[in-house]
Amino acid sequence: MGNILEYIFTAEFGYSILRVTTPILFAAIASVVAENSGASNIALEGIMLFAALFGAVGSGLTHSLFLGFCCAILGGLIISLLLGYFALYLKTDIILAGIALNTLASGGTVFLMYVILHDKGSTSSIPTLVFPKVTIPLLDRIPVIGSIFSGQNLLTYVAFLMVAVVWILLYKTKLGMHIRCVGENMEAAESVGISIRKVKMIALLISGFLASLGGAFLSMGYMNGFSRDMVSGRGFIALAAAAMGQLSPVPTMFASLIFGFADALSNMLAAMRIPDEFVKLIPYATTIVGLILFSASRSRQQKKKRIAALMTSQEA
Amino acid sequence: MNKKNKLSFDTRFDTIRFAVSILIAVLLSFVIILLVSNEPLLALRKLFLGPLESFRRFGNVIELAMLLSFTGLSVSIMFSANQFNMGTEGAVYASAAVASFIALSIPMPRVLSPIVCILGGGVIGAIICFIPAWLNKKWGANVLVSSLMFNYIFFYLAKYFANTTFKDPKCGFVATYLLPANAKLPLLISGTRIHAGLFVLILTIVACVFFMQRTKWGFALKQTGRNQKFAAYTGMNTAFVIAYSQLLGGFVAGVGGAVEVLGMYDRFQWQKLPGYGFDGIVVAILAKNKPQFVPLAAFFLAYLRIGADKMATSTDVTSEMISIIQGVIIMLVAAQAFMAKSRQKMLIKEVRSNG
Repeated sequence: MGNILEYIFTAEFGYSILRVTTPILFAAIASVVAENSGASNIALEGIMLFAALFGAVGSGLTHSLFLGFCCAILGGLIISLLLGYFALYLKTDIILAGIALNTLASGGTVFLMYVILHDKGSTSSIPTLVFPKVTIPLLDRIPVIGSIFSGQNLLTYVAFLMVAVVWILLYKTKLGMHIRCVGENMEAAESVGISIRKVKMIALLISGFLASLGGAFLSMGYMNGFSRDMVSGRGFIALAAAAMGQLSPVPTMFASLIFGFADALSNMLAAMRIPDEFVKLIPYATTIVGLILFSASRSRQQKKKRIAALMTSQEA
Repeated sequence: MNKKNKLSFDTRFDTIRFAVSILIAVLLSFVIILLVSNEPLLALRKLFLGPLESFRRFGNVIELAMLLSFTGLSVSIMFSANQFNMGTEGAVYASAAVASFIALSIPMPRVLSPIVCILGGGVIGAIICFIPAWLNKKWGANVLVSSLMFNYIFFYLAKYFANTTFKDPKCGFVATYLLPANAKLPLLISGTRIHAGLFVLILTIVACVFFMQRTKWGFALKQTGRNQKFAAYTGMNTAFVIAYSQLLGGFVAGVGGAVEVLGMYDRFQWQKLPGYGFDGIVVAILAKNKPQFVPLAAFFLAYLRIGADKMATSTDVTSEMISIIQGVIIMLVAAQAFMAKSRQKMLIKEVRSNG
């Protein structure tokens, strides 16, 4: 036990938290954008799977990191386009469409991998290019902080940058206002001439783009190649993180960091002599606990608000 | 008279749309096979006729359809209450494990043992599917997300006990000890693996159909699923309705998991989530959440699955192709505006001809 605590307070552990938070954070802010428009993106898991596969295979076949990256984005956008088309144009329940696309992606990636590489397990037969690690000048000289924050994968910095970008998008641009307006009150938005369908589609595509970055990180940074079902529930953990962050970017980032911490802890304990099964359920159990704590506090707040509203109405 | 005509038009149109959706899915599998295979004709033949090649193969379809019926029933009961509870997946795994643990730890006579194991599995399944609904009621936690998380949690917990306490070190692969003969469900049709679980399934289907169509509780369940607020206004205790719908759905899934392991396996040996719970979603959507259609939908999916396995073993197309088809089927069948224009045209034609 003492050992574990000792390890948690090392710079190495801090570094690994940021590393494993990256894919969750990308997917969580992807969910934030979609949910703000009132469209639930349950297909995050499938989007990340497709992006991860396309990125790994794309970079392996073209020998270009940039083209691999483009392939990853393309892969993720295919799924989010399908989600948008079915949910918004053919009126499939968006949750069902998301579930369907996750099913499609889980088998579809294996199917494509076999077609292209004749391998059902992983893309290890071709070399995947990975995003470089970035050393930040000056920062890397500071003892503990330097070894936590410097030398991370390029996409890790992009992930935290995207928190700011999404914040600006949602609160400082016209598109963001439209997105939030559609999410808040569809009839009102429509009455002032906003096309609900178009705005939701754009939100889903932005969401797909962000989640694709998470997928790309998984196969071209976190790991060196794609392997079957490698997203393993991160898309769903991200949904919980976004819900805990009350659908706004900065709190969502902190929620993602909590789940990142759990993930890092689980990775660390795996190296110790603790049964594999218990270690692996840590991130999921943390998500449940987080979800309960958040939901409980929210329902208490709402109760307070209701009582306050009742009091003022009585006073009047 | 007019109203009656319109109703039958809706049902007729729904049937056509349903058939077109399935046709598109089947055509899509044609296209995919033509695109990727070097021997497309062989692949197509194996996919669509493979299950009919031998008695044993066709038996495989029935065996799989039995389990998919259980999970399809489970999902359709829970979805009928408009709850996106994904717990069926975890419930099948954990209840299969727990049923084997019961069989291994408590020696019981021949008939009693499977009954106790199946009921034990059912209870575990009910608990697993109830927890997300309870968390939602108590604290408003999202059912979809929490049920998915619990799937992983129960999976790892059950796997832990299977791979430690009950693990047979002498077995060549990772599995529990041999299940005692007293606990196993007897074989029904020799030459296949179709087992006495079939009776349990028939009983479950009849019970579910009766429950949904002939009881007050079943009616309340459907009403709550259709419009929860309205159901509450008419005086239904919707929280209670949702609670028993999830308990019941979970129980059916648990019975299915237990029946599967006692009928089809010598040891409990699943090392990952088998995915039958997610297949249950496809079955439920194909059956439009109606228990009486579940066996048919399960048979359809099982047929495709076994066909795909056959195709994968004898050609260069992998069985995972079916997931793509499955996804497309869910989206198309659930698409309310799919073929909306054709519907309009058909309706106008109908009115004119009646006119």
